[in-house]
Amino acid sequence: MSNENEDYLEEYKQDRLSHETIDGDLATLNLGPTHPATHGIFENILTVDGEKILDAVQTVGYIHRAFEKIAERRPYNQITTLTDRLNYCSSPINNIGWALTMEKLIGCEVPKRVDYMRVIIMELARINDHLICNSVIGVDTGALTGFTYLFQQREAIYELFEEVCGARLTTNMCRIGGFERDFSKTFWTKLDAFLLNFPKVFTEFDNLLSRNRIFMDRTIGAGPISAERALEYSFSGPNLRAAGVDYDVRVMNPYCSYEDFDFIIPVGSQGDTYDRFQVRQEEIRQSLSIIKQAIAKMPEGPYHAGLPEFYLPPKQDVYEKMEALIYHFKIVMGETPVPVGEIYQSVEGGNGELGFYLISDGGRSPYRLQFRRPCFIYYQAYPEMIKGQTISDAVLTLSSMNVIAGELDA
Amino acid sequence: MASKLTNEEVYTLLKNAFGDKVGEMLTPFDLLTVEVAAESANAIIEWLKKDEKLQVSYLTVLGGVHYPEDKGREIAVVYHLHSLVNNFRIRLKAFLPIENPTIATITYLYVGANWMERETFDFYGVIFAGHPNLKRVLNDDSMDYFPMRKEYQLEDATREDKDDRFFGRE
Amino acid sequence: MGKVTLDAKLETINGQGFQLTSIDKAIGLARANSLWPLPFATSCCGIEFMATMGSNYDLARFGMERMSFSPRQADLLIVAGTISKKLGPVLKKVYEQMAEPKWVLSVGACASSGGIFDTYSVLQGIDRVIPVDVYVPGCPPRPEQIIDGIMKIHEMVKNESLRRRNSSEYKDMLGTFNIESDGE
Repeated sequence: MSNENEDYLEEYKQDRLSHETIDGDLATLNLGPTHPATHGIFENILTVDGEKILDAVQTVGYIHRAFEKIAERRPYNQITTLTDRLNYCSSPINNIGWALTMEKLIGCEVPKRVDYMRVIIMELARINDHLICNSVIGVDTGALTGFTYLFQQREAIYELFEEVCGARLTTNMCRIGGFERDFSKTFWTKLDAFLLNFPKVFTEFDNLLSRNRIFMDRTIGAGPISAERALEYSFSGPNLRAAGVDYDVRVMNPYCSYEDFDFIIPVGSQGDTYDRFQVRQEEIRQSLSIIKQAIAKMPEGPYHAGLPEFYLPPKQDVYEKMEALIYHFKIVMGETPVPVGEIYQSVEGGNGELGFYLISDGGRSPYRLQFRRPCFIYYQAYPEMIKGQTISDAVLTLSSMNVIAGELDA
Repeated sequence: MASKLTNEEVYTLLKNAFGDKVGEMLTPFDLLTVEVAAESANAIIEWLKKDEKLQVSYLTVLGGVHYPEDKGREIAVVYHLHSLVNNFRIRLKAFLPIENPTIATITYLYVGANWMERETFDFYGVIFAGHPNLKRVLNDDSMDYFPMRKEYQLEDATREDKDDRFFGRE
Repeated sequence: MGKVTLDAKLETINGQGFQLTSIDKAIGLARANSLWPLPFATSCCGIEFMATMGSNYDLARFGMERMSFSPRQADLLIVAGTISKKLGPVLKKVYEQMAEPKWVLSVGACASSGGIFDTYSVLQGIDRVIPVDVYVPGCPPRPEQIIDGIMKIHEMVKNESLRRRNSSEYKDMLGTFNIESDGE
């Protein structure tokens, strides 16, 4: 606890003693590391006066897995699996972010079709991410119904991912240069079915909560942050937008042909839980619209770039052609040389600006790879956001910030 | 959205303001990269933030790099800054000797730098002078080394559960 | 009155108006179908566990409607996700707080063996701090696999002898983890 806080507590105590009859004793309450209301392992030691939170001391790092150290030992192709486990609610965005970084480093132009396929996958992942967050806000306000409904839709998205790559959660979906295979016919059928069914369920969910008096009373004014403070804290993503700043990497530094699509960046005004909820709701709608635009404009063409040094050749060729066999061997063994360079590439992840700062010395693995993890950066504002709020607000604030432990602790 | 500033423009302003504290201009992948003297890193970041034209007032990320071969400047602290108004990104690097990796904190400019600096301390042992609470953030307090430095191995050195012969480590 | 049939696996002697079985089996059956799980979900596997609890896979079908977030009222500890060295003591504390009889399900590669994270900060499997009954492989496992693991736990619970938790072997086993048995 900093001195400033101690002074503040002492002042508060004195103030309290002078005004009220009860003695000014404050209680300490452990919220976490394992607590039903924290979705993940977060520890906050709260100083409370009755229900009112005066201070919070955070401890993080409970699932620190040393991603950045592992990345220095892995060939470039194998780092996609690490990115999966950063923000595991929207793994494909992380995968694609890494693939984009590598493509920028080796100077590879991917076909337009790949861009559009990636946009579809990334927007599905964004929907998936926001669905978890918003349905959990519902659970924390006591509305379990929305959660059970939305999880059926999340299963539909998982089925789509399975159709593309075979995995549900940790997709490891993207290859440097494109996709492993083209989207199958079943994928397109299932995607159409999803686009037909999901909006109905989603509207119902929205009707259930958005104008619900109880929900509004619980969330409006809970855990607010001003735009200035949010920027000081380097917020990004939906949490920054809820505070009223329209910063979105997709628009600021477009990647994957995002400039081809029309969409709105929703912004809030108070930066409270309700605004964060509404911003995510609107982003889901915008994502749906982007997916529809991508399907309508989907160009014909190959699903990967001609990049034999990094993109695995077809298995049949490996058996029959010398060249393909050599490339296959080199890629699998991670012996493909890469240019020396230093690169920063960011994508708009589920939680905000997900950045990859890569230093390559030409070796088989990165010299240094740093992930800009939005959760880690904005979670430090949590004590400030819940100061003066009640414990139930603190729980809501935590779930509405969508802090993902994997990304937080790296 | 294209950037409203060019690399040359910003570099010239920076060079005029700080002279020899600012190293040569590099633009890998079109991102202005400047090496700055460690003692004036925080002053430069403050100037970038307060300058009315540049308004580089968003700290994207801060981290460290270890170059064991580069004697006298083994540890690099790398700042990525962003001017949201001009959509202009800049990367600043300050090099520190490994014996005394001390650099001034920028927490008074950006509250969000707090944990990023703690993480850099945790991983590389960089001392951020003036930091309000400089202790490990991700690892346990009892850890007695800085794991991201190149000389330390990835695996836990004290582990007993794995047979070294199966991992090529005699 | 319809005819009441008991679980086929419950060995019984049937007669008119009475039914005999061993008390072990009757209690095992009751325990197995009303396990109260404590989800200790830390990372990716936690999301798959959420899916298992969710409407499509519906864990409630197996008498697990109520998630017990307090270790004191839980029988089954479900550890889903990476456990770091920093978290190890917390996990052990949670296990010690649970009352006997208790079972542990380790979900996913990280909890079972450290998974792909062979690093300085990750515990190489939770069986370094607490005893584990069933391991579920996968990174992360599919909900079907988690359910399969839970079925395995059910089998163990059904067939466990009532005396096991008081036996000296059991206490010795806990002793290897430096955990004191709270059995009488």
